Amino acid sequence: MTAASGQAEALMEIVDLHVGIDDTSILKGIDLRILPGEVHAIMGRNGSGKTTAANVIMGHPDYEVEKGDVLLNGDSLLDEDPWERARRGVFLSFQYPQAVPGLQVGNFLRKSVASIRGEDAAKGANFRKELNEAMDQLKIPRSFLSRYVNDGFSGGEKKRFEILQMMLLKPKLAILDETDSGLDIDGIKTVASGVNAAVRGTDSGALIITHYSRILEHVKPDFIHVLIGGKIVASGGPELATQLEENGYDWVENMAAEGVA
Amino acid sequence: MPDNQEAREVVGDYKAGWKDTENSTIRFDFGLSEEVVREISKLKEEPEWMTELRVKAYNHFVKRPMPKWGNTSTLDEIDFDSICYYLRSSEATEKDWDDVPEEIRNTFDRLGIPEAEQKWLSGVTAQYESEAVYHSIREDLEEQGVIFLDMDRGLKEYPDLVKKWFCSVVPLTDNKFSALNTAVWSGGSFIYVPKGVHVEMPVQAYFRINAKNMGQFERTLIIADEGSSIHYVEGCTAPSYSTDSLHSAVVELIALPGAHIRYSTVQNWSSNVYNLVTKRGIAHENSKIEWVDGNIGSKLTMKYPAVILKGEGAHAEVISVAYSGDGQHQDAGAKIHHLASNTTSKILSKSISKNGGRGTYRGLVTVSPKAENCKLNVVCDALILDEESRSDTYPTMEVANPTARCEHEASVSKVSDNQLFYLMSRGHSEEEALAMIVNGFFEPFTRELPMEYAVELNQLMALEMEGSIG
Repeated sequence: MTAASGQAEALMEIVDLHVGIDDTSILKGIDLRILPGEVHAIMGRNGSGKTTAANVIMGHPDYEVEKGDVLLNGDSLLDEDPWERARRGVFLSFQYPQAVPGLQVGNFLRKSVASIRGEDAAKGANFRKELNEAMDQLKIPRSFLSRYVNDGFSGGEKKRFEILQMMLLKPKLAILDETDSGLDIDGIKTVASGVNAAVRGTDSGALIITHYSRILEHVKPDFIHVLIGGKIVASGGPELATQLEENGYDWVENMAAEGVA
Repeated sequence: MPDNQEAREVVGDYKAGWKDTENSTIRFDFGLSEEVVREISKLKEEPEWMTELRVKAYNHFVKRPMPKWGNTSTLDEIDFDSICYYLRSSEATEKDWDDVPEEIRNTFDRLGIPEAEQKWLSGVTAQYESEAVYHSIREDLEEQGVIFLDMDRGLKEYPDLVKKWFCSVVPLTDNKFSALNTAVWSGGSFIYVPKGVHVEMPVQAYFRINAKNMGQFERTLIIADEGSSIHYVEGCTAPSYSTDSLHSAVVELIALPGAHIRYSTVQNWSSNVYNLVTKRGIAHENSKIEWVDGNIGSKLTMKYPAVILKGEGAHAEVISVAYSGDGQHQDAGAKIHHLASNTTSKILSKSISKNGGRGTYRGLVTVSPKAENCKLNVVCDALILDEESRSDTYPTMEVANPTARCEHEASVSKVSDNQLFYLMSRGHSEEEALAMIVNGFFEPFTRELPMEYAVELNQLMALEMEGSIG
C-alpha cells in the first residue's frame, strides 16, 4: 500500500485494525497515521485497548489480528516476527518490563544494539561514549550496567531503563506504553527529554500511550487520540489533553455519542 | 561412515562427537574378572599393595548390589560384560605435544587444549582412553615443589604419599562404582601442593574417550598442604556412538589446615555415556573446598560432590548446574557433613530440563551433635523449558545440633512468553532470547568458572537452544 497522492508518506499507518485475544474483540477498527517527526498520543482508561494496540504493533504472539493492517514505511508488519519488526525500527517501551535474572544490563544493551543497528554500532569507544551520554542524560549511575535486566529494579528504574534502550536502539517508531506511570515528576521530565531528543527534528516518530496528561505537558504531542471501547472516538491537538484532564473521559464519550468530536 | 550417521541420529548437534580410528597398542577383551584386574596392575608394574587393593575392591564390586535410588531402570541397563576396561593408545605420556601421536594430538587441538595451556593454565594433563598421553607443568611450580602428575606416575614416583592418602577419603567399600574404579583405575591426576604455595593459574585435566564401549576409570587425588591453594579444572568429551560407554571416576581431595581447593568440572560427554562419579573432599581446620560442577552431557549422570567438614572453621561450597536434554537424566547434587564446630557450607544447584530431559537434585547436609554454630545454606532452582521435561528435588537435612543455622530455598520456574517477547522486541530471535534466559539462569555458576570456560559454556548452551523452538 502506498500513501495517497498529495500526502507525505506515513512513517506508520494503522488501517481499520481489528484485534482479538481468546475470541474476545479488543480493537474494533482503528485508523492512525504518523508522519516522520510527529509525536502522537493515545489516551484512554484502563481496559480501553491501549496496551493491546502497542503489543500488536510490536507483534505479541497472543493477539490475533482479525482484520486490517499495520504498515511501517508503506510495508506491512503483520507477517513479521517481533525481532524482525525491531530490526526494522519498531521499539516498544513496556508497561511491565520483564526481569531476566543473570543477564547483565551492559551485555544486553550491547547485544541489542548489535542486533538492531549492526555489530559496528555496538563496538569500541563510540558505543561507550553514546552509552555514557545517554545514561548521564537519564541520570542512571554506571553501576547499573552490571545489574541484571529489570531484576529487582524499582518502578522508576525500569522505566528509565526502557528509555535508555530506546535512546541506544534509535528506533524509527517508538511506542511508549504507560512509561509515565510509576515515575515522579522529575522522572517524567527526564523521560520526556529522552523522547524529544529521539524524535524532534528527525525522521522518527513516537506513539505515547497514557491515561494521564502529565507526560504530554513535557512532550507536547502533535496529535491526541482518545480510545474508548476499542475505537478512537476523538482526535485533536494538544488542547484535547487539557480538556480531558478538566472534563474526564465521560465528557469525550458523550461528545462522541453526539457526533461532535 | 555408518557410525557417524548413526551417531548423529542419536545425539543431533553434539559438537565434540567426532571419532578417531582406533590405534590401540594394548586393548583388553570386553568384560571384567579378577584376572583382568591383576593384568592391569601387572601391566602398570604396580607395588603389591596396590594389586591387592584392586582385587579386594573388585570382590566388593561383584558383591555389592546396584544402588536402589536414582534412575535404577537406566542403571540396570549397563552391561558390564560389554565394556572394555583397559585400552592404551599411546606408548608414553609425553611432555611435548609434538611427540603425541598425530591423530590424538589433532583431537586435543580441536578441543582447544594446547591453546588454552599456553594462555592461561599452570599445567595440563590430557587423558585419552585409559592413559594420559600428554602431561606438563610450568617449571616455576615444579621448582616450588608442586607435584602434578598423572596418577600412574604419581604412584611410581611417590608411592608413600599415595599409599597414605589413596582411599582415605573414599574407602573402597563406599559404593559399587567407587569399588569398580578402585579395581580398574587408570590415569587421573595426582597433585600435591606444599605448605604455603599458591598455584595462581588453574591446572587442567582433559578426559577424552574415543573407542566404542569404552570404560574410563580415572582416579584423582589432590592434597593441598597447610595454607596452600590450587584450582583444578577438568573437561570431558567423547564421540557419539549408539552403544554405551562408562565413565566412573573417583576424586579424593584433602585440604589440610588453612588450604583452599577449588575443583571445577564441565562435563560434556556424548549422550551414550554413563557418568557415575564419586567426588569427595575432607576439609581440615579453616580450610576451604569448593566444587564447581557443570553437567551438560552424558546419558545418565549420578554425581554428588561431597565435603566432610572435619576441622573447625572449615568451609564447603558446591555450585552446580545441570542441563538435561532429550534422553538425558542428570541426577546430581551435593553432600556436606558438618563434623566440627563453626563450619559453614553453601550449596547452589541450578538445573534446566528440555525436550523430555530429566533433572534431579539430590542433596544431603548433616550436622553432627557435637558441631556447634554451623551455618548451612541450600538453594536449588530448576527451569523447565517444555511440558515433556521433568525436574525433581530431594533435599535432605539432618541437623543434630540445635545451634545450627539452616537456610533452604527451592524454586521451579518456566520461561514465560512475556519474557521471550520482551527480549525479542529488542531484536533477538526466539532462540537467542531463550539462550539469554538460560545463560542468565546459569550465570551464578558461569561467573565462578575461568573466563574461557564460561564463554565456552555459554556457547554450548546457545547451541543446545538451537532448533528448540517448536
